[in-house]
Amino acid sequence: MAEQLSGTVLVVADHAGSALSGPSTEVLTLARSLTAGPVAAVALTGEPDTAALGRFGAGTVYVPDLDGLSPTVAAVAAEAVLAAVAQARPEAVLLVSSFAGKEIAARLAVALGSGAIVDATGVSVADGTLVVAKTVLQGTWDTTCVVTRGVPVVAVKPTAVTAAELPDAGPAEPVAVPVEFSQAARAVRVVSRTEHPGGGRAPLSEAKVVVVGGRGVAGDFSLVEELADLLGGAVGATRVATDEGWIDHAAQIGQTGVTISPRLYVGVGVSGAIHHTAGMQSAETVVVVNNDADAPIFEMADLGVVGDATEVLPQAIAELRRRRG
Amino acid sequence: MRIVVCVKHVPDLQSERSLDDAGHLVRGEDDVLNELDENAVEAAVTLAEETGGEVVALTAGPEDAVDALRRALQMGADAAVHVTDERVAGSDVVGTARVLAAAVRKIGEDAPVDLVVTGMASMDGLTAMLPSALAASLELPQLTLASEVTVAGRELTVTRTIGDADEVQAAELPLVLSVTDQANEPRYPSFPAIRAAKGKPVTTWDLDDLTLATAGAEADGGPEVGASGAGTAVVTAAPRPPRAAGRIITDSGDAGTELAEFLLANAPG
Repeated sequence: MAEQLSGTVLVVADHAGSALSGPSTEVLTLARSLTAGPVAAVALTGEPDTAALGRFGAGTVYVPDLDGLSPTVAAVAAEAVLAAVAQARPEAVLLVSSFAGKEIAARLAVALGSGAIVDATGVSVADGTLVVAKTVLQGTWDTTCVVTRGVPVVAVKPTAVTAAELPDAGPAEPVAVPVEFSQAARAVRVVSRTEHPGGGRAPLSEAKVVVVGGRGVAGDFSLVEELADLLGGAVGATRVATDEGWIDHAAQIGQTGVTISPRLYVGVGVSGAIHHTAGMQSAETVVVVNNDADAPIFEMADLGVVGDATEVLPQAIAELRRRRG
Repeated sequence: MRIVVCVKHVPDLQSERSLDDAGHLVRGEDDVLNELDENAVEAAVTLAEETGGEVVALTAGPEDAVDALRRALQMGADAAVHVTDERVAGSDVVGTARVLAAAVRKIGEDAPVDLVVTGMASMDGLTAMLPSALAASLELPQLTLASEVTVAGRELTVTRTIGDADEVQAAELPLVLSVTDQANEPRYPSFPAIRAAKGKPVTTWDLDDLTLATAGAEADGGPEVGASGAGTAVVTAAPRPPRAAGRIITDSGDAGTELAEFLLANAPG
């Protein structure tokens, strides 16, 4: 048995609508492996998914009173979590390493006088301390890091852990938490919010398969989408493709867009500029189709096809359909 | 509007970057203004132009980090402040935020600072944590990851895309703003602008010029900045072995079939 903490590990549980998010189920699963003590959650919604929280190991879910403020405001979320931290007195706080999670993590570290590590790909316990694995400098270096004082705050990359349910677990017990919000938190007004239509595909950051279109698709994403749907994956794009308006900006993968770590990455007409590869370097298997044999992304490819995507993809799609009956 | 724009001098993305034995980034060999900070400078200068304000560029870093400030001055900042002190080296993001916050407060002693602008992330750490840590340290509202910025009187409105939603947020000045690379197209300095930048003032401060204070650090009693004051430490760091060379095939009519076989063998679930 690996070494474990003995105190509470608190997980910031994200919800998508009324359901516990996929990445949060992964972080809860990770939290269970880190402590022999309780796993608790803090939810930034008035109606948390207590059944799912229980199935993934949370005995308690702290429910801060948001007083009508929006949890999409970083200070509101952070102060709500801090109120739960004051009540739960955890040995560590874990979050999902999304942009929102990173913002909360930064604010928690400042307020707790501790340290925060984001983009974690693995967490374990050694000598009573959390040891966090992360890859830096665009995937060229592996590091392990620790938080040296106070309550460690660690944000874990989506897909870094495989979620697993506990058999026969009852629902998490909700505990109301009062919060004193600061002026700075109350000062931000949410004017409007528009959810992007997902089109029934998996969210990019959580997808196990991602098919990406780049400059080489020349504005036509239909084959990319068809292949993604056949593989049960999500559709991504490079900066050029989103700038050209071929696809929504939310699909952009890279340092300023979404970071992905799928099991299978398929790049179509993607050259492999560092701004893009920064966001996909932790993909397990990389497949590339590009008619430019000198494209740098071929250096990352497990399988590279030098060829015209409009000929190669239809043949692959037809073959996939035939083989799957 | 009086604006402070925070910039960082980082190793060129295209250069061979590495970590030293302490897990700190090796600097000073091929460093440039952080590419994403160009968007911050552009946003600051544009807002100052619109509102008749001034822009002070701020950095905390070693001696040659002044080059990042020079670039900001060439892009239109009016003055620059360089916090340089060996005791700052090795700070984590919280320590860096403390130093920058103290410098912003000191800049505000001359005349109030209305707005602090940053890029969305630095290209070395890529954690995107500094803007939030800075806002928390300054106890100011944050409007971060803005892809669009508009100002009307004392109110700033931003559009931010986070996860699967676009959100419009607004707050009254003073506040901390961070912008993405969607927010604008950074200007390229003209020759007259480059010449003019040479005459702009650059003030240098060390830690003794600043008053650092945060509740968290005081409670802990430890040092607030630098490697010894950092709340995080790198234990091990090693260059990753390069990916093993894969198989490259050139389509001669049946690559699609081969691709399909590979995808079937490697697709999860």
